[in-house]
Amino acid sequence: MKCFLYELSESWKIAVAQMRSNMTRSTLTALGVIIGIVAVTLMGTAIGGIQVGFDKSMAIFGDDVLYVGQWPWKNVDDWWNYRDRKKIKTEYADGLNRMISMTPNSNLTIAIPTSSVYRSVKYTDSEVNNVLVRGTVSDYIITSTFDFKEGRFFNELESRAGANVCVIGYDVADALFPSASPIDKSVLINGQPFKVIGVISRQGSFLGLFSLDSIVVMPLPAFQKYFTAKSEAEILVKVKDKTKLVDAKDELTGLMRRVRGLPPEKRDDFSINEQQALKSTLDPIKNSIAIAGLFITGLSLFVGAIGIMNITFVSVKERTKEIGTRKALGARRRTILLQFLIESTALCLLGGFIGLTFAYVMCFGIGKAFPSFPINFSFNLVVVSMIVSVLTGLFSGFAPAWTASRLDPVTALRYE
Amino acid sequence: MNKLNSDVTRPRDPVVIDIENITKDYVMGEEIVRALRGVSLQIHHNEYVAIMGPSGSGKSTLMNMFGCLDTPTSGRYEFNGKNVAAMDDDELAAIRNREIGFVFQTFNLLPRSTSLRNVELPLIYAGMDPEAREERATQALVDVGLGDRIHHKPNELSGGQRQRVAIARALVNNPSIILADEPTGNLDSKTGEEIMALLEDLYSRGNTIILVTHERDIAAHARRTVHLRDGIIESDEVGVMPAMESMAAS
Repeated sequence: MKCFLYELSESWKIAVAQMRSNMTRSTLTALGVIIGIVAVTLMGTAIGGIQVGFDKSMAIFGDDVLYVGQWPWKNVDDWWNYRDRKKIKTEYADGLNRMISMTPNSNLTIAIPTSSVYRSVKYTDSEVNNVLVRGTVSDYIITSTFDFKEGRFFNELESRAGANVCVIGYDVADALFPSASPIDKSVLINGQPFKVIGVISRQGSFLGLFSLDSIVVMPLPAFQKYFTAKSEAEILVKVKDKTKLVDAKDELTGLMRRVRGLPPEKRDDFSINEQQALKSTLDPIKNSIAIAGLFITGLSLFVGAIGIMNITFVSVKERTKEIGTRKALGARRRTILLQFLIESTALCLLGGFIGLTFAYVMCFGIGKAFPSFPINFSFNLVVVSMIVSVLTGLFSGFAPAWTASRLDPVTALRYE
Repeated sequence: MNKLNSDVTRPRDPVVIDIENITKDYVMGEEIVRALRGVSLQIHHNEYVAIMGPSGSGKSTLMNMFGCLDTPTSGRYEFNGKNVAAMDDDELAAIRNREIGFVFQTFNLLPRSTSLRNVELPLIYAGMDPEAREERATQALVDVGLGDRIHHKPNELSGGQRQRVAIARALVNNPSIILADEPTGNLDSKTGEEIMALLEDLYSRGNTIILVTHERDIAAHARRTVHLRDGIIESDEVGVMPAMESMAAS
C-alpha cells in the first residue's frame, strides 16, 4: 500500500514534469478536452436552467388547484372526441360551490370561474396587442400565486357588480405606463374604458414561450358584458389538502358529472387538469432535449479524449527507452500502467479545470448580459465535470498505458 | 546457499548466479535465431567477471539473462537459489529491483530529473519512504564522488559524471550483482579509466561485478573472463592479463 502511494506520487511528479517540458503539445492536446468540457458544462448549465425555469413555470399553476376545461393538458390523438364536447360554462362554478358547501368533509374548497380572450389594450397613443384578458371573481386571488407591484385586486363588491375595473400585468403596465403609475388611469379594451386598480408584479414567462405578464384581469360580469363571444371558460377548483389530490379529483369528477347531468353510462365530457399531469406530459420532452444535448456535446469531449489518447501513444513511443530503464530498475507493469494513466488523467484534469473556468466565466457573462436566460451553474456540475475529466483521462490513457506496461524490457532498452 | 562445485574458482563464497545448459531462441520472421545454445556458468559472490565476445556471439542475450530482463527458452537459471526461469514479469521486476544494479553504455538517466531523483528511482520502486531514500541516494552519490552534484540534471553533467550517477543508482539498493554493459563505450579513454577504477573500488569493497564488453583492455580489469562465440562458452579463464593475451592469440 505504501509502495503504491510512493509510486502514485512519483507518477504524479513525472506527469507534471512531462506536461511542463512539452508545454505546447500539452496545451494543444488539453484544448480538445477544454472545448469538450466547456461544451458539456454549458449544456449542463442550460439543462439546469431549463429545469429551474420549468419548475418555476409549473409553480404558477399551483399544486393544489384543479382546472376544469374542455381539453386535457396533453397531446391527444383522438382530438375529434374532444372537439364536440360541450363548452365549459362559468355558471358551473356556482353549482359546484353549492355542492361543495353541502358536502361534509369535502376535499374541495372553492370553485372559481374564469373566462379568457385575447385583446389589445390601449392607453392614449400606446397599444399592447395580444393581451390575455381574463374575467373572474374576487376569490381568484386565492388560487393565484402572484403578488402586487402596486394597488390591489378587485373586491367582492366590484366583482359582483361587474365594475369597469381591472388589474394589469407587469408587461402591460410597463408598455402603457413607462414612467407614471397606472393606478386610477383608464385603459381601453375593445373601446371600453377600464380603471386600473392594481399591477401584478413580474411573473416571467411560461417555459420561455409566452409571457405571463401580458394579462389583464377584470370582474367576470364586466368581462361577459363586453367579451362573451368565443371566450373559453375554465373553472379553477382549490383543493383542501394537496396530499389528497386524487380523492379531490374523483370528487370533482362526480360533481361535474352532476352539473352536466351525465347518465352513468356516458363518459366524462370535460377534463380535469392539474399541474402534475402537465408536468408528466412535458417531462419526457425536457428529458429528451437534455439527453440529445448532452450526447452531442459529449461527442466533442470524445474527440478531445481521442486527442489525449493519441498524444499518450506518442509519449509512450518517445519514451520507450525510459520505460525500458524503469523496468530494468524494478518498475512493475502496474507502475508503468499507472504512470501513463496518471499522465493522461492529469492532462484531462488540467483541461477540465480550465474548461470549467471558461464555462463559469461564460455563464457569468451570459447571466449578466441576458438576465432572463435560464442558467444554473451548480456545484454539482463542477464535481460531475471533474469526474468526467478523470474518466476521460482514464479512458483515453488506458490503451497506450497498457501497451507501455506490456513492453518487453529488452526491446525497450534497445529502442533508439 | 553454499553449493560447491569442483571447478568453482572461489569455493568459499556463495553462488549468486547458477545457470545450467540454458538456451535462447528468437523468432526473426521465418527464421529461428539460436542466440544461446547451451551455456552453463556459475558466478559467486564478490567475483569480477568479464563477458566477452564479438557481436552476435550471444553476450547481450546472456547479459539480459543475468539481468533477469529475459528468461531462457530452456535450461535452469537460479539467482540466489531462486528459480528465475519460472518467474513472471512482476517477479522478475522485483528481482531486478532488489538484486541487480544496471550500468548501461548510454547511462539511461532520466533527462529531466536531478541526480538525486535518478538515484532514488530504484528505492521508490522498492517502496522506501521519502526521508530514508533521500538519505540513501545522497550517500550513494557521495560514494561515487558526486556529493556536490546531487541537484544537477544529466545535461549539466559530463559523460563521466553521468556514468557515476548511473553507478550510484545501480548501487543504491545494495544489489547482489552489478551488471555493467559496455560501461565505458560512450566515454573517452581517460574518463573510461576513471569509471573502471570506480568499479575496481566497488569490487574491492565486496561487490559482485559482471562486465560485458568487447574491448580487451576493459575486460582486463576483471578477475575472470568468459569468452562467448556463437552462443556457447568458448573459454572461461581466471586471472588477469596473461590469460587475455593467450586468448587473443588463439
